[in-house]
Amino acid sequence: MSKQMTGAEMVVQALKDQGVDTIFGYPGGAVLPIYDALFQQTQVQHVLVRHEQGAAHAAEGFARSTGKVGCLLVTSGPGATNAITGLADALMDSIPLVCITGQVPTHLIGSDAFQECDTVGITRHCTKHNYLVRSVEDLPRILHEAFWVASHGRPGPVVIDIPKDVQFSMGTYVGPKNVQHKTYQPQVKGDLEKIREAVKMMAGAKKPVFYTGGGVINSGPAASELLRKLVKLTGFPITSTLMGLGSYPASGENWLGMLGMHGTYEANHTMHDCDLMICVGARFDDRITGRLDAFAPHSKKIHIDIDPSSINKNVKVDLAIIGDCAHVLEDMVRIWRQDAPQIDKAALKDWWKQIDVWRAKKSLAYRPSKTTIKPQYAIQRLYELTKNRNTYITTEVGQHQMWAAQFYHFEEPNRWMTSGGLGTMGYGLPAAVGVQMAHPEALVIDIAGEASILMNMQEMSTALQYRLPVKIFILNNEYMGMVRQWQQLLHGGRYSNSYSEALPDFVKLAEAYGGHGIRCSDPDKLDAAIMEMIESPKAVIFDCLVEKEENCFPMIPSGKAHNEMLLAELGDDAGIEIGSVIDERGKLLV
Amino acid sequence: MNAPAIPPSPYSSALGKSNIERHTLSVLVDNEPGVLARVVGLFSGRGYNIESLTVAEVAHGEHLSRITIVTSGPPEAIEQVGHQLERLVPVHHVIDLTLAKKSIERELAMVKVRGKGDDRVEALQVADAFRARVIDATTESFVFELTGNAEKIDQFVELMRPIGLVEVSRTGVAAISRGPEPI
Repeated sequence: MSKQMTGAEMVVQALKDQGVDTIFGYPGGAVLPIYDALFQQTQVQHVLVRHEQGAAHAAEGFARSTGKVGCLLVTSGPGATNAITGLADALMDSIPLVCITGQVPTHLIGSDAFQECDTVGITRHCTKHNYLVRSVEDLPRILHEAFWVASHGRPGPVVIDIPKDVQFSMGTYVGPKNVQHKTYQPQVKGDLEKIREAVKMMAGAKKPVFYTGGGVINSGPAASELLRKLVKLTGFPITSTLMGLGSYPASGENWLGMLGMHGTYEANHTMHDCDLMICVGARFDDRITGRLDAFAPHSKKIHIDIDPSSINKNVKVDLAIIGDCAHVLEDMVRIWRQDAPQIDKAALKDWWKQIDVWRAKKSLAYRPSKTTIKPQYAIQRLYELTKNRNTYITTEVGQHQMWAAQFYHFEEPNRWMTSGGLGTMGYGLPAAVGVQMAHPEALVIDIAGEASILMNMQEMSTALQYRLPVKIFILNNEYMGMVRQWQQLLHGGRYSNSYSEALPDFVKLAEAYGGHGIRCSDPDKLDAAIMEMIESPKAVIFDCLVEKEENCFPMIPSGKAHNEMLLAELGDDAGIEIGSVIDERGKLLV
Repeated sequence: MNAPAIPPSPYSSALGKSNIERHTLSVLVDNEPGVLARVVGLFSGRGYNIESLTVAEVAHGEHLSRITIVTSGPPEAIEQVGHQLERLVPVHHVIDLTLAKKSIERELAMVKVRGKGDDRVEALQVADAFRARVIDATTESFVFELTGNAEKIDQFVELMRPIGLVEVSRTGVAAISRGPEPI
């Protein structure tokens, strides 16, 4: 299927051929031909955002909730630079995106033309790969290659920078079937010998733990199914990173809760004391490991990852299996069933007994209040009232994000969209827009803080334009809560610039956008107010006024090991004394 | 999907089609992390070509590196490249050795040739004519070392191709001005 058409038409044709039905974007001078081609068809719906960063996060939300590649279209210069935070976010969290940017015409490149920037130069470090298209004849190949690169191997964002003259030029379009990347062929099948070796190590373990991450989600629903099977077969405990929540159900009996800096006591102690760690699609991030030289000191480690550069990057492992999680887990389950290895049941029983001791600490406990809404309580009620619905959760970044991870329980993958690696405030609302576009019937809630939400508040307009009933649930404590908490822990309670002054009236703001506003500060009225939010057919801003100086616990202070966690009892009124828990070296860390 | 005929781009080329020339630029820079990326990024970001690039520290005490870049394009574009390079903070000095007219260029190449019998004899004869040295030999191969300007090396490689050329590794051009003055 080769056909003569303009570069702009090729872009739209390639989107169709790649199965894209939704693209987020914002027009401008250097992409007008592509917008013209979009105008003349109905198959690809364009969603007009209010800021290009919003387009990138919306595409991320779309991608993460569907497993498809997310697409955005922005103009040259400021269009491209505005999208960069979203690209960097997608790179850190391994989200497949294709970002099409307009560029000034070829002969003006390098002349500091109007709305020119070196897009491929600027985005080199925040994309998996990028292209500057120099000839219309290269365009179809590059378009299809970009989708291949974005979605194969460890997923990531790919930029295609298309000069305006290339968009106008006539050329020959080639369909995706004839395009395969020459060299980029990541390994998806794991080495069977190594998988056998892993099964042997697992069979011999006395204190094993599964440590899983976003790689399981990225690998598709089959990977989560296989993970559940493997956990059931082995009877091992399982914990997950922030990115991996939902791959194993939170109601599952082997579930320890999230691990890491604000993970549960039982998850972190299990990690610290284990003798075998099976890491599936996670990357030993510093939020997870805490102090590296005291990280699971008596353990052997198996690492399953599709990205060879993740192996031995932060933590040295004993057995590395390169491959896609679903493929490796499938072989692992099969070999485990074939071999039916003799596991040390007595040791495993003792291990679970020890874990139950840690669980009994109830590390997520908080002091309840009859007069003010505790943020943890708000999330708990939100969970209880929405758990039986078709719900997707996005978040912004900060305390509310951690409380959401701790108190909202996920039973399925692709239900939880949060900015993990880059930690981008302002992620949640545009991501919710993207999720709602993909799932029009679902209940999509952005759990937000009053500071984060203002970073991309403008996307409320997008939600209204497309009649997307997204729910913004703001835990409003009038502080950049996580910044304030760290200032309390590290800087003597000097709350430098972390108070959210001059806040808007969120109820009026919702109404100004044409949505519905709700405010609640009374724990007794919270349930009714949440129900009002759920039942509203409109986009809602819920201003939930919560306890102002609540800290997020448990916490591994920076520079400390998994077994040196701070619990809420110790933290609550200790105030400045907690500052002494973090030593000078820890203060340097973020 | 066929669009109506597109009128010519409203942005007609201001520069027109001028002669493409090949110039050698010598750039003295502070040897600090990222300096090469800045220089190379300037070329890619502004759409200029690099044909050859060599870089090495030349004054260890002062941490100065000399970068020699062979670039091709219209003379006015090359002049612009020079000015853009001079704008980079770690760049001390840029000189277009091709414009200065009094410069020497050399490149080193290692050329691997495989062959037996008459081919070996012929390879050695060609090497002798080009003053190439044998730096590795087995019963069925040679590696030659050759210095000269780029054209000389191109010619040598072309002569070795029918004899049994396996592969070539070239350093890229290094250049310096003639006479007693520095750049």
